[in-house]
Amino acid sequence: MPADIAIHAEDLAKKYIISHQSDPSGHGVLREALTAKFKRALRPIRHIPGGGPGWSSQTREEFWALKNVGFDVCHGEVLGIIGRNGAGKSTLLKILSRITDPTEGRVELCGRVASLLEVGTGFHPELTGRENVYLNGAILGMTRSEIRTKFDEIVAFAGVERFLDTPVKRYSSGMYVRLAFAVAAHLEPDILIIDEVLAVGDAEFQRRCLGKMQDVSKHGRTVLFVSHNMLAVEQLCSRAICLEAGRIRMAGSARDVIANYLSNNGAEVLECFPESDPARVAEVQHVVLCSDDGKPLRQVTTADTAGLNIQLLVREPRPDLQIAFSVHDAYRTAIFASCPLDDGVQQPTQKGRHDFRVRFPGPIFLPQRYSITISVYSTRSIVFHDCAHALRFDVLPAASKIYSAAPNRVGLMQILCDWKHMMHDDPEPSGQEAVA
Amino acid sequence: MIILEPGRLQRHYWRDVWRYRELFVILAWRDLSVRYKQTAIGVVWAIIKALVTVAIFTFVFGRIAKLPTGSLAPYTLVVFAGMIPWSLFSNILGQASASVVGNSNLIGKVYFPRLIVPAAPAISSLVDALIWLPLLFGMMLWFGFWPDVRIALLPLFMLLTVLISVGPTLLFAALNVKYRDSQFIAAYLIQFGLYVSPVGFSSAAIPAQWRPLYSLNPMVGVIDGFRWCVLHGEPKLYYPSLMISISAAILMLWIGIAYFRKVENRFADII
Repeated sequence: MPADIAIHAEDLAKKYIISHQSDPSGHGVLREALTAKFKRALRPIRHIPGGGPGWSSQTREEFWALKNVGFDVCHGEVLGIIGRNGAGKSTLLKILSRITDPTEGRVELCGRVASLLEVGTGFHPELTGRENVYLNGAILGMTRSEIRTKFDEIVAFAGVERFLDTPVKRYSSGMYVRLAFAVAAHLEPDILIIDEVLAVGDAEFQRRCLGKMQDVSKHGRTVLFVSHNMLAVEQLCSRAICLEAGRIRMAGSARDVIANYLSNNGAEVLECFPESDPARVAEVQHVVLCSDDGKPLRQVTTADTAGLNIQLLVREPRPDLQIAFSVHDAYRTAIFASCPLDDGVQQPTQKGRHDFRVRFPGPIFLPQRYSITISVYSTRSIVFHDCAHALRFDVLPAASKIYSAAPNRVGLMQILCDWKHMMHDDPEPSGQEAVA
Repeated sequence: MIILEPGRLQRHYWRDVWRYRELFVILAWRDLSVRYKQTAIGVVWAIIKALVTVAIFTFVFGRIAKLPTGSLAPYTLVVFAGMIPWSLFSNILGQASASVVGNSNLIGKVYFPRLIVPAAPAISSLVDALIWLPLLFGMMLWFGFWPDVRIALLPLFMLLTVLISVGPTLLFAALNVKYRDSQFIAAYLIQFGLYVSPVGFSSAAIPAQWRPLYSLNPMVGVIDGFRWCVLHGEPKLYYPSLMISISAAILMLWIGIAYFRKVENRFADII
């Protein structure tokens, strides 16, 4: 193994045996194991048909959660692992954290490994915050003296100084998560394995976690990071691998892998009828991407001046009801948002069916993937219906006034701006102007 | 450098166990510290339990059945001296059998030598037993019945009790991961074992011709030995039963560790 490699994995595979058995709890029951042994012992003498009412019938099926997975991670590198649910991300992390054995293959890990597959593993509700810091620290592999020296830092990061001697069962969920993350954030292993820990806490806390993790990677530690948050992966990781059905679909720079993952993750949706729920005060019934003349679009190009038709049903009139939409880029970052009041149009406060027609100010899309979210909410920030990324579409290149001028332009959108040009031949202006 | 391969038995297993000794201590401390949280009288419950059991056994076996003890000691002391090793054994077996499943959240999320999990209750149960010792000495003071120099061997018998408990415990804890039946078996073993072991009575109550057969229960040698060191004037140690206990402890420890290590790699997959 070359000296600069921290993790070397080759041909990793993990097989699970799924047994479809009559016992609904899923645990083996001794009786079944014994009867199976008994049946096996009797088989040479007398044929006993399996699957009779008295015998539990078990069909066993092999399932490869991982197959032929191999990669190298250099010292100090942050590798992102992305993929859909069930793609094998967690299994891979479990093997690397030594929680479970691989069925095939081999991993070499160079240095002290700590894994963070969950925030607050082993926290005991009856113990105080102080006691849990020591307990959790020991579980994550810190020594007592290490915890002692970092104790004040941990407590300050979590901001729970006043509640150190309160059992954590009395903590608010925010305090609990902050304390748990604070312990984990002060681990100092050579290799850190993190699974989706950012999926907890409020936005402010997530921002702090992200910052802390950036610090960690700056200190030259090797980090493996699994997340569904593409923005976080893109910010933290230099390289990424994308898993699909237990195999590596793509490996490369984080940006490329994410873009590839997102563009292949689900087909285009240009029209959407969200599921109805009679309990909602108001809901979006239909939303469709339209052309300039109001006809539904079958594809979007850089030349289309597109728009939206939104059909809204209001069941209870509310004076503070609002509707808005936002346009997002491939990483699901919002580019802009808009609501009727922007254009002096009234919000749908009355009971009944409302139709909204939105027209974008010209061809605004570049050849990228976009998504559109529609939300119905009140000014007191109660969300009645949130159609997150209801529309998803890839924009095709086509000749348009702007796009043709410079097809490789940077940015997330094309916006036709008003340009004026004045030219002065004479360093002393004499009143002659050339307007471009 | 760590190498992970299928079925690779950890080459540095015992070094890892040693490295994680702080986790072992802290898990034992957690078990102890959580036990009496939010109770008004806390550890007094342990004392009440001891006193009530001793009183009942003294009454049933000593007063009603009038079983012989073959010793000079008051019946109450004979019972108490038998209770301590028995509860040490039954506490370890009871808590540790459920321990691996009870800590499934840890097993599924963090690596450490799994052996630590069922071993930790041995420490917390030992602490419980140590709480009972002053109570025993207090009672001896009350009865004016002092131990002699044999008391110096007490730590050895304590150790033997722990060793004899750990073997079956590891087996039950590991089996429990796959077959939840084993926690019931452990519970029955504890319940019936109390009556077939010389806890409420002395082994002297067993007719001489049955004594070798009776001694096949490995707890007989342990409990008799424990009594022998605490109470002076106890009959001579019955060596065959002590030998059986020691060999049973070693054999079961070996089987327990071997089985546990064989299956522990799969705990996270099937728990």
